[in-house]
Amino acid sequence: MINKLVVQNLRHRWVRTLLSALIIGVQVTSILTLLGLSRGMLKDSENRARTLGADIILRPGSSAAFNLSSAPVPAKFLPLVLRQPHVKDAVGVLSVAAILLTPIIGVDLDDFTRFNGGFRFLKGGPFQAPDDIIVDEYYAKQNKVSLGQTIKLINHDWRVCGIIESGKLGRLVVQLGRLQFLTSNPDKITQIFVRLDDPVQTDAVVEQLNKLLEGNLTASSIEVLASQYRIDNIPVLKTFIVVVNVLAIFVGFLVVFLSMYTAVVERTREIGVLKALGAKPVTILNLLVRETVVLALMGSLLGIIMSFGTQALIMTLVPASLQVVQVPDWWGYATLIAVAGALLGAIYPGLRAARQDAIEALAYD
Amino acid sequence: MTEVIPAKQPIIRVRGLRKTYRAGEVDVHALRGVDLDVKAGEFVAVVGPSGSGKSTLFHILGGLAAPTSGEVWIDGESLQKMSDSERTEMRQRKVGFVFQKYNLLPTLTARDNIEIARYLGHRNGPVDASFNQMLDLLGISDRLNRKPSALSGGEQQRVAIARALVNNPAIVLADEPTGNLDTENSTAVLGLLRQVNERLGQTILMITHNPEAAAFADRTVSMRDGRILE
Repeated sequence: MINKLVVQNLRHRWVRTLLSALIIGVQVTSILTLLGLSRGMLKDSENRARTLGADIILRPGSSAAFNLSSAPVPAKFLPLVLRQPHVKDAVGVLSVAAILLTPIIGVDLDDFTRFNGGFRFLKGGPFQAPDDIIVDEYYAKQNKVSLGQTIKLINHDWRVCGIIESGKLGRLVVQLGRLQFLTSNPDKITQIFVRLDDPVQTDAVVEQLNKLLEGNLTASSIEVLASQYRIDNIPVLKTFIVVVNVLAIFVGFLVVFLSMYTAVVERTREIGVLKALGAKPVTILNLLVRETVVLALMGSLLGIIMSFGTQALIMTLVPASLQVVQVPDWWGYATLIAVAGALLGAIYPGLRAARQDAIEALAYD
Repeated sequence: MTEVIPAKQPIIRVRGLRKTYRAGEVDVHALRGVDLDVKAGEFVAVVGPSGSGKSTLFHILGGLAAPTSGEVWIDGESLQKMSDSERTEMRQRKVGFVFQKYNLLPTLTARDNIEIARYLGHRNGPVDASFNQMLDLLGISDRLNRKPSALSGGEQQRVAIARALVNNPAIVLADEPTGNLDTENSTAVLGLLRQVNERLGQTILMITHNPEAAAFADRTVSMRDGRILE
């Protein structure tokens, strides 16, 4: 019977119910989207690392995996690496920050094609002139770029010669020599990708390369690199997610506090009637807690559904800048966070209702 | 622990009942020593002007408020030493309320308004056949699936009477039950209360301003300034 009353109360004030659930849903969507964004960006980087076809990556100093660009080192290290045992092939690239979160990468296309088969072109083809640029499908879509169009990056005009399938190396690729010249980095690179004749030897070769290069470049296996693209390995991101969750709880608390407080004031007389009929304070509290939980569950469901919408929106509008994935393993946590915030918000209105004097409540108009 | 008085005592027994409210800095003496006996099956009307203390008496007899001093016995149980929780339990078992403004829950149908009283009174299972006859008597059998907003004032008050009776309470307390009704509906509702009293032997204590309404009762008790007039 109490459940029926809960459902009927929520149905009776359906606009408030819907608005409250919607606002709770927005906080759930925020959690899921921000987490999906963090994971999506990291997953994108991890996939890029894996699809390079390399077993080892060499980077200057001890730069973290998710650094977009780092201080260049002389390209002379490349032939030295190539001479090492088990090294079958190696290719060097120069990565320079171009636009927010998206670097421009210089590469020798022939070397890169020999190394891993090269890019898959959706439109156009390889470089034909020094100022040609290859962009990936997401960049082209987001910036409405077509073949032959000129785009300005790092204060230089580039002509789009090819549009490639996304997921390999980078979104903006130019010729290595041209980028080195334009950025005053002659004969310098920021990364070397290494392919071995026997991947079982990866750890041994990593150790050997680190000894050989003595801190000028640091070798990591692709597996180690990929593992760095996990949220658990990025303390700053973990803190960020905690902050987002705390904010979500706070928003849920405020929404439900306001909604339930209004509901309790509006239903003062009804609460008086229930008390006159023999409802104990705990019954009134139980009623409001159930309503709150139903609101939070409705909001969570809405939030999960809306997270598909935000994902679609982001992937349509800015697929090159931001990558979002669904995080179904967090649906339960996000729901718990919503319920927790909502229950916190229901405490004061619930206690107020439970303590309501029946006679005063019955006299309330 | 509630004190029990011997059987065959009045179903409502009030002795030296006093109730003093604190209104700001002032003490308001709402009841100043009320003595009252109501026998089981009696239909008693309590009349009096505003401020005479009849609503306070209603609230105390219904277990909604605690007396300041004096003794109140409902169906053998003393209210004087009951905690809030015990008075709530007493209401569940022994008291049915009929209010002036009907006080039906607007979100529930008439049937569910009656059912929730059963639920709160810890009555499970289907209602007995006699209650269904009661619904026929009240003329609301075909209105049970409607919400209060789809019922007339008279129909809402009949549903409220059904709700008050569903747990077979020892007493029904009616506070101005015709105060919001027109003459025709008032007469009908009072006639129904009379029939409930006669057919079921239900004890009814009705508070009213209206002498015509009081005429439906077996006995009228007049109050003024917190006292019962002899």
